[in-house]
Amino acid sequence: MGAQKKRAAAAAAAARVSEDPDDLARQPLQAILLADSFTTKFRPITLERPKVLLPLVNVPMINYTLAWLEAAGVAEVFVFCCAHSKQVIDYLENSEWFSQPNFTVKTIESHNIISAGDALRLIYEQNVIHGDFVLISGDTVSNMSLTQALQEHKERKKKDNNAVMTMIIKKSKPSPITRQSRLGTDELFMAIDPNTKQLLYYEDKADHSKGTICLDKMLLAENPSISLHNDKQDCYIDICSPEVLSLFTDNFDYQHLRRHFVKGLLLDDIMGYKIFTHEIHSSYAARIDNYRSYDIVSKDIIQRWTYPYVPDVKFCGNRATKLERRGMYRALEIEQSRSAQVGSFTVIGYGTKIGSNSKISDSVIGEGCTIGSNVLIEGSYIWDNVIIEDGCELRHVIVCDGVIMKAGAVLKPGVVLSFKVVIGERFVVPAYSKVSLLQQPTVHDSDEELEYADNSSGTVEFSSIQGTADQSNGEMTSESSEAHKPKLGTGGVGYIWSICEGGQEEEWRHSVAPIPEDKLTELSEAMDDDQELVTQDRTALSTSGELISDSNASEGDDNEDSKDDSVYFEKEVEATFLRAVEENVKVDHVILEVNSLRLSYNMTSADCAGAVFYSMMKLAIKTPHSSASELQQNTANIITTWQKLLKSYLLEIDEEIEIILKFEEMCLESAKEFSPLFARILHILYDKDILQEDAILRWADEKEGADESDKVFVRQSEKFIQWLREASEEED
Amino acid sequence: MPDTQVLVNDFLNKLKKRKIEGSQATARQTAELLRSVISQQRVPYTNQAGALIDAVKAVGEQLIAANPVELAVGNIVRRVLHIIREEDLSLTTAAIGGLNLSAVSDDENDDDRDGDSTLSAAAVAAAARSTLRPPSLQTLLEDTPVSAAVPQTSSSGGDSEGKSKSADKSSRSRKLKHDVIEAVNELIQDIVTCHEQIAEQAVEHIHQNEVILTLGSSRTVLEFLFAAKEKKRSFRVFVAEGAPRYQGHLLAKELVARGLQTTLITDSAVFAMISRVNMVIVGAHAVMANGGVIAPVGMNLVALAAQKHAVPFVVLAGSHKLCPLYPHNPEVLLNELRSPSELLDFGEFSDCMDFGSGSGSPLLHVVNPAFDYVPPKLVSLFITDTGGHNPSYMYRLIADYYSADDLVVQRRATAGN
Repeated sequence: MGAQKKRAAAAAAAARVSEDPDDLARQPLQAILLADSFTTKFRPITLERPKVLLPLVNVPMINYTLAWLEAAGVAEVFVFCCAHSKQVIDYLENSEWFSQPNFTVKTIESHNIISAGDALRLIYEQNVIHGDFVLISGDTVSNMSLTQALQEHKERKKKDNNAVMTMIIKKSKPSPITRQSRLGTDELFMAIDPNTKQLLYYEDKADHSKGTICLDKMLLAENPSISLHNDKQDCYIDICSPEVLSLFTDNFDYQHLRRHFVKGLLLDDIMGYKIFTHEIHSSYAARIDNYRSYDIVSKDIIQRWTYPYVPDVKFCGNRATKLERRGMYRALEIEQSRSAQVGSFTVIGYGTKIGSNSKISDSVIGEGCTIGSNVLIEGSYIWDNVIIEDGCELRHVIVCDGVIMKAGAVLKPGVVLSFKVVIGERFVVPAYSKVSLLQQPTVHDSDEELEYADNSSGTVEFSSIQGTADQSNGEMTSESSEAHKPKLGTGGVGYIWSICEGGQEEEWRHSVAPIPEDKLTELSEAMDDDQELVTQDRTALSTSGELISDSNASEGDDNEDSKDDSVYFEKEVEATFLRAVEENVKVDHVILEVNSLRLSYNMTSADCAGAVFYSMMKLAIKTPHSSASELQQNTANIITTWQKLLKSYLLEIDEEIEIILKFEEMCLESAKEFSPLFARILHILYDKDILQEDAILRWADEKEGADESDKVFVRQSEKFIQWLREASEEED
Repeated sequence: MPDTQVLVNDFLNKLKKRKIEGSQATARQTAELLRSVISQQRVPYTNQAGALIDAVKAVGEQLIAANPVELAVGNIVRRVLHIIREEDLSLTTAAIGGLNLSAVSDDENDDDRDGDSTLSAAAVAAAARSTLRPPSLQTLLEDTPVSAAVPQTSSSGGDSEGKSKSADKSSRSRKLKHDVIEAVNELIQDIVTCHEQIAEQAVEHIHQNEVILTLGSSRTVLEFLFAAKEKKRSFRVFVAEGAPRYQGHLLAKELVARGLQTTLITDSAVFAMISRVNMVIVGAHAVMANGGVIAPVGMNLVALAAQKHAVPFVVLAGSHKLCPLYPHNPEVLLNELRSPSELLDFGEFSDCMDFGSGSGSPLLHVVNPAFDYVPPKLVSLFITDTGGHNPSYMYRLIADYYSADDLVVQRRATAGN
């Protein structure tokens, strides 16, 4: 028996040797899995657990990636661990992945790596990659078959040694309103040669304010045809030749896979390396980049687009789960009250208890959770061992392991509760806030690449958790901690993180909550403006329906369009003015430019005056200043420099009044800083002969009959007006 | 043991990840795996059958849990268990000889008592059935006294073994395992050759100038039609394409390659065409104990159309597809929902699935079930490798192949040993 086996093995070996030329092509496929995203988008959760181990529909993300790699025929995977590397390695060691036949998982650990580029350089040094490999990050979910893409890659490689990479893309339309894909990433522009599928241009950070993208004209000259797409989604699955690693080593400044590497290769025409694309149609692939994609990919999994990686198939040792009607997945041993309503597209984990009259829909509930009665859970992701007491409300939130929500607590949409946070009774957590036991790192690196700086913080974290717990239990209310910590209700433990710089208005874009209605309308209005900006000639793009209203607009003044026009005119004037300031354009030229704008928009000189004044004040407020007096000084300076420009539009007293009204409006709305300075700046304008006393007095008279609220500024400048009146009387 | 554990894990993996397609392949591989489990299992001198049954059950439980949708796995596990019981029994009866006729009545009493105490409906039914049962194939071949064999098969294991053990140990100590492996080999052979055995009956069913309709693709149906063609029957075949997997296209291609006159139609055209059809011949995913059929999606529609026009609806199924469970049994997960991408292109519809706006819950839900259930009253005839049967006869076939103790494989504590 044994001898027979040996003989068979020998025969097989001989067969392998005889096929040697083919053997090179049939090398076991390798893969590099980056178990670190090198971003902070999942903070504060990722401070305590690496992103790849976060549960996605109750299964750690890395399992989806590994299961797919295994099914796709990859023989050897190098898992590169950086942040929380110990947790990742421990997890993998205890999982079944190390004991699979024909599939080896090896870990590479490093602590001082801060980008994907560094990681690849390190792997290159280790010299473990021998042939083509799949480059993927541990947060990718896919069920595509690699065979065809791999074959295409190899054939191209045979013909052209410079074809180093094949990028997997998938069709997915971006939302025309928010300019982002359904996965919450920015709209991606790609130029692809339709014949060879070569990638020619890649831009994921296009400047939407201008509404244009710039292609190098050489692209058009060199390629007979180009198709430009904005409806493709980058799956972040790349099939690379070994050269890619050496390229990273050669260009030590490459950090980011897309921003530096792909764009670098596309621009670099000396080496002539080429990147190709492979579009998948029926299969699924997506990367979880932010909270929104976490939400979307979870829903795709529940809707079974990722089949066979769905909850009721045990693809990686997950618990047995049964699929019931209307997309309801239930694990075993669930205790559910008769009156509880579990709605469609919901996953309930093993051993979870649900109290009476609770309503759950579109949500994922982890293992061992306890949900009280009269709880409302909608579109939320509740991880393991969470306790939610009676009467809580959760809408579109993420709640990590071990969180306790006391009775009556409410989570507004977009909230993220990190591990073991306690929310006090009846406390309402405001929308989009992030709560963690750890304090927000005070030194915030603006550089996105410098992530996970504190790798060794395992022990530190623990102590800090203890610390906060002690504080709340022992009622040691030291002033400093009180000041830093907005309370989470009685008995609450944790810190609400302040939203980092500039992120406030962008927070809704990437949160788990759907985009609020008002944001959408706001954006669609802004988009209408943009469209006009691009086309200039509105009739060219507007539909026939709009055309009719357009012809009306020429007669009737009080039209939406004309209002938009003036807003746009103002913007344009401001841009011209700012450019003039920056580039020291002569005043006469500026006047010419503004005049031409006035003509093209069919505006009166009063509008011009208003707009120019508006941009001057805008400039003043933007100039750095520390106190009100400094602001006043700045304003005075700007007015002195540009008075000639302003004056050229102040032909009559009406225009001057327009300026005052404009100023008033600004003080009330866009530039509130000016409001205490109103009277003084009015005085400056008078001193510089920009405003005549008649204008000011007529403005004051006009305001006489207005509401009390309108008269704030009249009253503020009362003394000045008084003085003017007396002066004019004296003259008389 | 470690050897088999590796094999078992490997197979479990394949099952879990849905890497094995088709019930025949699954059934064959399951049987082969169980054969190696049995051959590796070390047997004690006492209670050999018990040890084997335990080993098979332990593995079988895992296999069934790995892919509950593929009923063939459970069927084969139960078949193997039944084989072990039968072999054990035949050895025992051979040893005891005609000496122990009085045991028959005893055993029958045991039967009744067991049925009452476990209160399992299936067990009661099986016990009642077993008294009416004709001699099984196995017992006929072994040439043992029928009267002794019949009740024994369905009695709960421990009791009968207790008696049998006392009879003779040494003579059958090595023989049991050997016999069981032989029988499992036969089972594998049956599974492998089931297509040919079914196809042999083709000429009896397909007549000259008939029009046959089928849906989707089934290897059994393909072989069946070929066999008829080879016997110089000339007939035409309508193939419904079997959306969304469109395996009908493949079938049409193969039929044409063999020179059969083939017409491809959409599934929705079945009703329009059925009046011109003489017979509907389809394959099945599984045949339930009540004669109902679990078949590729769309089959119920075809069966209803056939009933409306009184066209015979014939189902071809190898005996490994016979499932001793009833469709109302919660153990049976009736359906598998596959990826919606088979129905529509994700890219085209990606804007319908933008959960970022609105209420956050998807308005579009795509359901892609793999199977249909065809109730027994719509089926005219089953053709298995043992011949043609009525739907109402299925339960007797099943009693032949399975022993009632094994119906529930999972609950080891209550089921027999």
